[in-house]
Amino acid sequence: MTEATARETLIFTIARLLDGVRHVAVGASSPIPAAGAMLLRALSEQRGGEPVRISILGSAEHNFFTQGASELFDCAAQGRIDAFFLGGGQIDGAGNINLVGSGDYPNSEVRWPGSFGSAFLYYVVPRVILFREEHSPRVLVEKVDFISAPGTSPPGVYRVGGPHALLTGAALFSFEGDKGRFRLDSVHPGHTAEEIRASTGFAFAEAPQIKPTPQPDQATLALLRGRILDELAETYPQFAEVLHADATGMAA
Amino acid sequence: MTAFVSPSELAARIKSGAKLAVPPDGSGASVGLTKFIIDSGVRDLHLVCAPIGGLQVDMLVGAGAVSTIETSAVSLGEAGGAPAFIRAIRQQTIRIMDATCPAMLTGLVAAQKGVPFIPMRGLIGSDILRTRPDWTVIDNPYAKDDPIVAIPAIRPDVCLFHAPEADRFGNVRVGRRGELQLIAYASDITLVTVERIVETSLLSDEASAAGVLPSLYVSAVAELKHGAWPNGLWGEYEADADEISRYAAAARTAEGFDRYMDAFSGAMAQ
Repeated sequence: MTEATARETLIFTIARLLDGVRHVAVGASSPIPAAGAMLLRALSEQRGGEPVRISILGSAEHNFFTQGASELFDCAAQGRIDAFFLGGGQIDGAGNINLVGSGDYPNSEVRWPGSFGSAFLYYVVPRVILFREEHSPRVLVEKVDFISAPGTSPPGVYRVGGPHALLTGAALFSFEGDKGRFRLDSVHPGHTAEEIRASTGFAFAEAPQIKPTPQPDQATLALLRGRILDELAETYPQFAEVLHADATGMAA
Repeated sequence: MTAFVSPSELAARIKSGAKLAVPPDGSGASVGLTKFIIDSGVRDLHLVCAPIGGLQVDMLVGAGAVSTIETSAVSLGEAGGAPAFIRAIRQQTIRIMDATCPAMLTGLVAAQKGVPFIPMRGLIGSDILRTRPDWTVIDNPYAKDDPIVAIPAIRPDVCLFHAPEADRFGNVRVGRRGELQLIAYASDITLVTVERIVETSLLSDEASAAGVLPSLYVSAVAELKHGAWPNGLWGEYEADADEISRYAAAARTAEGFDRYMDAFSGAMAQ
């Protein structure tokens, strides 16, 4: 019986969160979400399900677009992209995300790159997974300093997309759209609900029973360490090596 | 007619105060022309990123050539944050107009079509919209109770990019980098650096003509080998990740930036 590494747990969780999607887009420097999408594609293929399309932005091999940068956004606007990943320097309890900076705008004390496509994609992609490995009160704040994109919109504002879940290196939250807040669903191996309460800067609801985050079975783990690692190495060679080293260290 | 000029003559066509549109790293940013632009002493540029900026934007900011940046992000990708940009924000030496990628593209498409604005979904309730007094929310004239943001046309004075090749007639191969065509359509003048200039018309082959920007839009071309370096250029060469990391480390201080740029100019001049 082999156990999954912390990163493999994240990849497997992303594959679960993506279950049922037809087309998932992944940012250029997001190897864990890309691995999760590749695992979903392989699992769906094994089950004889609908083929899953993955668009990795900035990759030559895994990018179907021929019209340049605007095609992704046009595609999303038409409902042709079912899932996407967003992160943020700050994420608050209402699902607002900040990719711009901390402190007073515009002369931020700490300036991050900027909002990228978030102020559009968060509104139009049905299943947006917020993913940030760091689980700390510095990232998970009560209120973001700048709203790159809001978690919810008032009635009357066009909004077919939004947050589906928040996955960190320690826990998994679902998003309650009607209440505009997160709910703690499960805690990853090695972490406790108490620790999550202490390291989260915002208030959140809790599932009646907070379970350990599900782990991949042996067959899924073998798939992850075989085919998925090979696929991943084409676009993220360094990350594939890290995953391999993780798993080898675990076995030894 | 498209002019064929030297890199320094090309850079001289970018005037102080100009609104200059540039593509992202890896999508044809003409990093090689950057030293010529800086050496020309140009100031007060208003950069328009289509839709994000990288190394070239950071270098122009570090050299003090920029007063305003209109963008949805500035980043060195895997090499991390853009150091000169971050410093300029903290020291309040540039004005930032934060946007989101499709808003930058939509503004440029409006200019391409010659219309004053194009409506766009998203944005409502964000601080991006709140901090952009130049953007307006309008009512959808075709439906009740449907507010939508009108993105005004972005009309750059000039755009600059690097491509694999141009022909003697001024046609330029841009492949599937639609943002390069877009900034050319939207801008008054288009300046291009290329790896090589070929004698046969790029439009003569029907199979590849769709990926060619016709000379109609191309004001001037300069040959500049490895003009995208240290970024990669599709079909030509890979990004030089070590060099980008060297820049990222050096540019953390203003002095380090100056030292790097002196050496960078030297390396490119060889």
